[in-house]
Amino acid sequence: MRKDLIRSSVAVVAFTVLLGLVYPLVMTGIAQVAFPGKSEGSLIRSGGKVTGSTLLGQAWRKPVLDQAGRPTKDADGNPVTEPDPRYFQPRPSATGYSASVTFFANRGPNQASTRDLTRQHIEAYLSLERPYNRGLTAAKVPIDAATFSASGVDPDISRTNAGIQARRIAAVRHLSPDRVARLIAQNTDGRGLGLFGERGVNTTTLNHALDQEAR
Amino acid sequence: MVQGYLQIAAFCAILVASVPLLGGYMARVFRDERVFLTPAVAPVERLFYRVLRVDPERGQDWKGYARSLLVFSTLFGLLLYVILRTQGIHPFNPGDFRSGPADVSFNTATSFLTNTNWQLYGGETTLSYFSQMAGLAVQNFVSAAVGISVLVALMRGIAARGGDGILGNFYRDITRIILYILVPLSIVATVVLVSQGVIQTLGGTVGGIARGPVASQEAIKMLGTNGGGFFNVNSAYPFENPSAFTNFFEMFIILCIPAALPYTYGRMVGSRRQGWTIFGVMFALFLVSVVVVYVAESHGTPAAHAAGLAGGNLEGKEQRFGIASTSLFTAITTVVSCGAVNGAFESLTGLGGLGPMANLGFSESVFGGVGTGLYMMLLFVLLAVFIGGLMVGRTPEYLGKKIEPREVKLVTIGALFTALIVLVFTALAVGTKYGAPSTFAAGPQGFSENFYAYLSQANNNGSAFAGYTGFLQPNAPGNAGAHGVTFADLMGGFAMLFGRFVPILAVLAVAGAMARKKVSPVGLGTMRTDTPTFGFLLIGVIVLVGALTFLPAFLLGPVEQSLTTTLF
Repeated sequence: MRKDLIRSSVAVVAFTVLLGLVYPLVMTGIAQVAFPGKSEGSLIRSGGKVTGSTLLGQAWRKPVLDQAGRPTKDADGNPVTEPDPRYFQPRPSATGYSASVTFFANRGPNQASTRDLTRQHIEAYLSLERPYNRGLTAAKVPIDAATFSASGVDPDISRTNAGIQARRIAAVRHLSPDRVARLIAQNTDGRGLGLFGERGVNTTTLNHALDQEAR
Repeated sequence: MVQGYLQIAAFCAILVASVPLLGGYMARVFRDERVFLTPAVAPVERLFYRVLRVDPERGQDWKGYARSLLVFSTLFGLLLYVILRTQGIHPFNPGDFRSGPADVSFNTATSFLTNTNWQLYGGETTLSYFSQMAGLAVQNFVSAAVGISVLVALMRGIAARGGDGILGNFYRDITRIILYILVPLSIVATVVLVSQGVIQTLGGTVGGIARGPVASQEAIKMLGTNGGGFFNVNSAYPFENPSAFTNFFEMFIILCIPAALPYTYGRMVGSRRQGWTIFGVMFALFLVSVVVVYVAESHGTPAAHAAGLAGGNLEGKEQRFGIASTSLFTAITTVVSCGAVNGAFESLTGLGGLGPMANLGFSESVFGGVGTGLYMMLLFVLLAVFIGGLMVGRTPEYLGKKIEPREVKLVTIGALFTALIVLVFTALAVGTKYGAPSTFAAGPQGFSENFYAYLSQANNNGSAFAGYTGFLQPNAPGNAGAHGVTFADLMGGFAMLFGRFVPILAVLAVAGAMARKKVSPVGLGTMRTDTPTFGFLLIGVIVLVGALTFLPAFLLGPVEQSLTTTLF
């Protein structure tokens, strides 16, 4: 028993040093040298400041202005925002697209609250897109547009969803539909090994490409 | 749908192809033979033996093996608890996180000690890099190695011909498993993951984006079937699982070791057919689970349909994985006691949630955790041999060794004790007021949350219906005011401890008993255990034990949900 205690104590220290410090630190070193951009988080910088990551979805919203042109605030003093029609909108997020505090929306399959939230997502989508897509109805809303993503920062939307939003983008930005379609194609991720997962249009890189185009 | 089934078929083909390769390699490692890594690793291995003052040639009987294992695990559990409770004074803490509360730290320490990796804590919002690396990631390796070592002891016990009852040396097994199997695979996996965009940095949060040494932890989290994510939303988060390809790769590294171990077992007992028979049984039950979850998720939920949405269930799933890859991941992570998730289990359809629950209900014997899965399966094999022996009216024999009352008693304890904990603890939680603070959803979903919590913790899986909570975090700087739900934290902790160590002791005792038995020659009356007939008998035993134990609970939760369109 005493032998086991001593031996195990030494083992605890030895394994903690090897697996808890040497292994992660060496791997960090290799990662930083071999894949400097990716290991840091595929960050997007503008003007020297980090503004996002190509892997993370983010909010593309603008402040709601009152009649005097000032930003409105809600009861808690937070600014009220609405989707910015100049950008492709990512999927609904339960975390406000937070990249520092993550949690699941946890909406159960038989909950009335799930139905109500899904309805809200559908209505928000229709009110934004229907002016540019006459025949759009609730049953035609793509499922990715009306459901919470898992991570809260899912950057991707389905190609159907992007196709619907493209009409709004083309109209608001005065771009030809062909040009928007080309940008969508350039920012569409394929399946893994051509087979696994689903294709998705990356709203983060696509919106940045739109802004580049405008310049 | 065709595309979905193609993905599933391709994944299975790649998995099966990898089995002999990795399985054969592990058999060589367990039998102390020379492998291609020996020149590089042997010096480190010898250094460990010198530092630990272990004579690697000196074997232990089952009691010695069990004692070493328990002392080793207890000390590691204490260290982890102390690290979590003193987090505030450690280095590598760019977020200035405070030390955890006692109840949550107890739950987290047992969770990682037992290879469960149940997450009540919020990864990126409560834990420093030091706690993640020196605390959690170390346990990811060590708890996995402990699981495999118990299996190795059992395999040696069954294969033993000497009758001296020696099962091997615990410290030697742990060292070899870590140095020859877990570390090399983790290094390769880390590099692959970083090359695809998984982050690995000590740079801290920039521009509101939380970061950390994720890839090195992600690799062993999957390979060791641990499942505790760096981020709270686990492998759904793009920094842990950025693309459809990484998702495929992560599914593969969850399943590769558990799938290869039956082959290893076949090599160890000198009959590959024994190994493939067990693999076949696991694979069949796994396929059923995948298809059930996929079909259920493709049909969508009553709530979404009531809102007017048409199509499958993408609630709580990521677009880049889609329904098929999320369903496959869900089935894999629950047959294997991994518990990493790439979508929200709480948002699965009723029937889609039954899939994971049934997998847990089979005591994680279908592939299961590294080591733990196959030793649970071998308990079921012995049970099937015993039942088969009763049916044909002969003394049950397994690989030439008689199965006697003592072994059958131990097998029963090992196979049923976990289920007892699950049912008693769930009943306590939902029958008293103490479960209520942890419950999120109303109606049967609320029952499912509690039931799943104990099912997952007692079986050392770690996935969750995440509406269930044991830790409350008011959104305050430095995590001020965060506190645990004491009942949920302590009960969960005890469920994990008992669910881990009671079966381990039963398995080691069986291994010791088997190691002492004399081998009788195969005769005409011997029931063969390497045939499809035995495979079906084994499936029958597993399903029967699981179904009889948990059917009432399944009816109250997921079955009710999948039979109704009522909203709660």
